[in-house]
Amino acid sequence: MYSSLAEVQADLTAGKTTIESVTQQYLARIEERKSLNAFLEVFSDDALDMAKKADENRKHGKAGKLSGMVIGIKDNLCFKGHKVSASSKILEGFESIYTATVVERLIAEDAVIIGRLNCDEFAMGSSNENSAYGSVKHHLNENLVPGGSSGGSAVAVAAGLCLATLGTDTGGSIRQPASFCGVVGLKPSYGRVSRWGCIAYASSFDQIGPLANNVQDCAAILEVIAGPDAYDATLSQREVPQYTKELETSGKKKIAYFKEYIENEGLDPEIRNRMKELIEELKSEGHELTELTFPYLDYVIPAYYILTTAEASSNLSRYDGIHFGYRSKQATDLESTYKLSRSEGFGKEVKRRIMLGTFVLSSGYYDAYYSKAQKVRRMLRDETAEIFKSHDFILLPGTPGTAFPIGEKSSDPIVMYLEDIYTVQANLCGIPAISLPLGKHSNGLPFGVQLMSKNFDEANLLAFSSQMMEKVIQE
Amino acid sequence: MTINEKLVEELAHLSRLSFENEAKTEMMNDMNRMLNFVEKLNELNTDNVEPLIYMNEEFNIIRVDEVISEITREEGLKNAPKRDSDYFRVPKVIG
Repeated sequence: MYSSLAEVQADLTAGKTTIESVTQQYLARIEERKSLNAFLEVFSDDALDMAKKADENRKHGKAGKLSGMVIGIKDNLCFKGHKVSASSKILEGFESIYTATVVERLIAEDAVIIGRLNCDEFAMGSSNENSAYGSVKHHLNENLVPGGSSGGSAVAVAAGLCLATLGTDTGGSIRQPASFCGVVGLKPSYGRVSRWGCIAYASSFDQIGPLANNVQDCAAILEVIAGPDAYDATLSQREVPQYTKELETSGKKKIAYFKEYIENEGLDPEIRNRMKELIEELKSEGHELTELTFPYLDYVIPAYYILTTAEASSNLSRYDGIHFGYRSKQATDLESTYKLSRSEGFGKEVKRRIMLGTFVLSSGYYDAYYSKAQKVRRMLRDETAEIFKSHDFILLPGTPGTAFPIGEKSSDPIVMYLEDIYTVQANLCGIPAISLPLGKHSNGLPFGVQLMSKNFDEANLLAFSSQMMEKVIQE
Repeated sequence: MTINEKLVEELAHLSRLSFENEAKTEMMNDMNRMLNFVEKLNELNTDNVEPLIYMNEEFNIIRVDEVISEITREEGLKNAPKRDSDYFRVPKVIG
């Protein structure tokens, strides 16, 4: 299988293959690895049609930027005429009546959309066990989780079921599974990528981003999907840089890392050692590494849960059993239509978050919880921004450990929430962050390292990531 | 703060959800554990800190307010669990 868009495009240019044939190979591969449960639906016929059209465009010298890229989309992104469910029973049978801006932009650049990928229900989870359509399995060991919530998106890339995927990241949902599966995952700055057509979880956190085998392919996708869109008023009007053309820039960088993050007792000792080695390797490459203290690690997850559950309780009120989605057969009046449809349609974790969100927003508790968390969010954002005044990047672990057995953490919501301890900071601050495959644990499983940059500095983040992968990690 | 069964019922009503028997007890226990966990924020002094509400760096990004018909009535009704040719159907509301 191909491992980069450049490889595919080289073969296409040399006339060694066609996009249709590449698509067929992926379709066969998806069938072979069906037990991974990564795809909820494969758009076989449509994908082949898109491939033929992309081949035609090539023939006429009109190849788009993503010509030859076969891509899977997380099941919370709308694609007109196709089903989308957010892996929830409440949206069973729902068919999109419009296409998400990101999907539209991919297609306009000749990408082939091969199918929709399993995820945690409404993107709520860190293991993909919360899907109404069953857990996604880790590609290296099917008894393990792939991480979540974009677990299907990470496994599909790692197992070679497509070249790249789109995921969404609210608290680490792209980067945590990327770390578990050994792929690259990028969460862009808040306001960089249109959320039009993305099923909302927590609107001040959610961002769509790419997962791929390498930094170059992530850059190529971001370049296409980023930028202003009349349908999302939260977007920045800043011009989108040509990320793929700026990957070569180099130079010595100032990189901060936090003592508390590396020494945290929850961090796997092997990952800690590898992080320390990486710090030394980066120093010997001439970069300036500074150890800082950042005493907020224990507060990021609590702040995240108050704010995201509040936003979720509001966003998910649209599932009413009336306008679309599931309606309970037992419903007899309006109130029971709402209550029974929602109680039967939503899974346990979704209901927990709606309830907690309703509590923190309710009269009498709003100030003590919701407002408090918003204040903490400002503190965290400002303290983090302060660091970027004198540093280019912050280096931090991707995940506390490697992929764990299915069922091991699913009984305790808080244990599961701590999976995102290193990833939520970027979402709380709205800054971009990337997870890069750092190495292999002695247990045979991959794990990632993260880099965060200041807002809208994706160009430098991607360029340095690409350099770090080539010169330091893969050496 | 401790959540009791009565508060679970009130919140369930506000959320338009219902929990019976063991499910109610389980939800109460889970919520109490989650609250206990998030209350850690009280250790941080946030006096004189304004709540952060909007993450956007630019405000009032608006487009021209033009009337555009983007979906048809058929499309709007397409995913409704119960409908006729013009309307969403709901159970009888007024007795």
